[in-house]
Amino acid sequence: MSEADKADCKLSSAKRSTVKRSLSRRSLLKASAAAAGAAIGSDVVRGFPTIWAQEIKDIELRHVGVSYSVVKAIGDQAAKDLGFKVTMQNLDTSAAINRFISQPDSVDIADLEGWQAKLAAKRSVIQGIEVKKIREFDNILPIFTKGEIDGHRIPRQGISPYEAMYIAKPNATELHDGVTEWATFLPQVYNADSIGYRPDLVGHEVTEWKDLIDPKFKGKAAILDVPAIGIMDAALSFESAGLIKYGNKGNMTKQEIDFTCEKLIELKKSGQFRATWTTFDQSVQLMAAGEVVIQSMWSPAVAAVRVKEIPCVYAPVNVKNGKEGYRGWCNGMGLMKHLSGKKLDAAYEYLNWYLSGWQGGFVGRHGYYSPVPSTAKKFLTAAEWDFWYDGKPAPSVINDPYGVPMEKAGTKRDGGSFLDRVKNISCWNTLMDEAAYMNKRWNDFKVA
Amino acid sequence: MSRKNWFAWLYVTPLMLVLVPFFLVPILVVLVASVLETDGFGGLIPTFTLANYVDVLTSAQTFHLYSATLKFTTLTWLFTLVIGFLVAYFLVFHVKNQLLAISLFLICTVPFWTSNIIRMISWIPLLGKEGLVNSALLGTGLIREPIEVLLYSGIAVVIAYVHQLTIFMVVPIFNSMARIDKRVVEAAVDSGASRLDVMRLIIIPMSKSGIALGSIFVVSIVMGDFFVVKVMSGGGSASVVSAFYENVGVLQYPIAAASAVLLTVVLIVAISLILRTVNIRREITQ
Repeated sequence: MSEADKADCKLSSAKRSTVKRSLSRRSLLKASAAAAGAAIGSDVVRGFPTIWAQEIKDIELRHVGVSYSVVKAIGDQAAKDLGFKVTMQNLDTSAAINRFISQPDSVDIADLEGWQAKLAAKRSVIQGIEVKKIREFDNILPIFTKGEIDGHRIPRQGISPYEAMYIAKPNATELHDGVTEWATFLPQVYNADSIGYRPDLVGHEVTEWKDLIDPKFKGKAAILDVPAIGIMDAALSFESAGLIKYGNKGNMTKQEIDFTCEKLIELKKSGQFRATWTTFDQSVQLMAAGEVVIQSMWSPAVAAVRVKEIPCVYAPVNVKNGKEGYRGWCNGMGLMKHLSGKKLDAAYEYLNWYLSGWQGGFVGRHGYYSPVPSTAKKFLTAAEWDFWYDGKPAPSVINDPYGVPMEKAGTKRDGGSFLDRVKNISCWNTLMDEAAYMNKRWNDFKVA
Repeated sequence: MSRKNWFAWLYVTPLMLVLVPFFLVPILVVLVASVLETDGFGGLIPTFTLANYVDVLTSAQTFHLYSATLKFTTLTWLFTLVIGFLVAYFLVFHVKNQLLAISLFLICTVPFWTSNIIRMISWIPLLGKEGLVNSALLGTGLIREPIEVLLYSGIAVVIAYVHQLTIFMVVPIFNSMARIDKRVVEAAVDSGASRLDVMRLIIIPMSKSGIALGSIFVVSIVMGDFFVVKVMSGGGSASVVSAFYENVGVLQYPIAAASAVLLTVVLIVAISLILRTVNIRREITQ
């Protein structure tokens, strides 16, 4: 986007805010200040008019979401680059969505998963993001803008980010199928999740979900206890074992939910699960302390186990015979409805900064992906790019985002390259239509 | 209004200033939410319904949840009572030097200088499959296979609760025992009462208020908790609160509110039963 276009954007947002709030003297003044700031936009460093830079230094953006997506180090870097204050606040998934919905004014940037974006739009707590104002929008991977990658259609079981991303009008409450001018959220980080296991104790290569429920691992397996996600991991396992064929794992019927939870209860009673886990640390602890040898897991958790010199593999569960596949997830940023004027402009700058590469490089070192790999690449070393994105053997030692050595030279990323992994995503994190019923049945499993 | 009345109101004002906004109002909000319908997306529809209560009261799950929670409550109550009573008894009747008794009492509180969560999590490396307890037992040859039931089980939950809550028994029981006139005990012994009789006829009845207060703390904390159950059972067990916390997680507010109201009612009943065994007001103002 050119400098002039940007000035245009600021002008139009200033105009919009004047129209929205009744034409008070105060808002008029504010709007003209912003417009003036935007007008001299051409003669400044880093894209900010001098007046603009003066005005935004008192702005504070509160970015709220789960710890693996809303990271303090990223917020600190953004604040340094952008010149205003950024506060990162972490909550767990359910506390976060509750806060967005019940106290929307206490949040500026909501970090949303696809299904949360759907909910937030429905409850009218977010405003549409004008995609024209996102400089890198055209470079965002087609996973998000077309629902495909490399000629492969991204499956729509569960709520895919593409499906949750668009609304027809800035204040629409229903999702729109297909690209529009307005986005519910701007994807910032995503990955393909599978099973982590101890190769030394499992004894064979795991490529299928059914190993998670194999009686061989009785008392040594664990699954994730976030009902909406845990049930998907269970469903992938049951489908893999040939026990059931789901219409849509991401939106089960009551019968499918009953079958899945009954089966889980049966497995629990037979002592299959050593435990269930809810946080990243718990999963690392379970694996590192030898409590379990196989469990559904997140990629950086596998890395965290490996850093302790304990062998751990992230199973490549490529799609085969219409079964298996990774469970995908994606977090993106939503603009809360109360943002307006300068603060809204700052929020757009923040969103643009996110896609400009630094953050992409940072999350890349966690094993997560950026929606704009072309900018992230500039912030990764050639060795890091080869290892994380290209799936090639690491040319040298690979460090984690904080500079701690993580992988030896010569290791290959489990599951292979970016395309190998994302093209094998078979379902996405979701909120089912029958979520209330599913939750109830999940509680039956917990108390059984 | 008489002067006396006016002062009475003045006295209760600070308490009211806390109770009304921070207790009464939230409870009323929960009560209202529990009789509304939801659109499934976190929105409340203002139509009166009792369906949430019917749902909660007729579900077998509610029964399972309450029996699980009551099991933890009873076990925790029993162990904290026995341990707490013995500790208090030792401090009051066996440590002759009062200064020493008070120092020992303060030492009991030392573990509480750190957070509940840390004290709970510290048990994990102790009780795990490759934990200290199992390693020690394996090392001495007492067992061949690690005892798995030590962690991520009901036992682990009760251990963590007892560790966290015994102090709530020690303090009130210590307090009421300290007020027992030692001469009464001496008189009983002089008249030929055995140690058991002294315990049965004097000390237990006279520590009743402390026991009741401690029990109220322990019972209400265990019944209102979900975190210890979640972590120490390794997610293998649920409690009343954890179940409705999950409902809040998917924005099913009315049903969660109905469960919360039910729990409040159950707790009120439990606490009034405890209070029936002892006249707290008399015992405290004595």
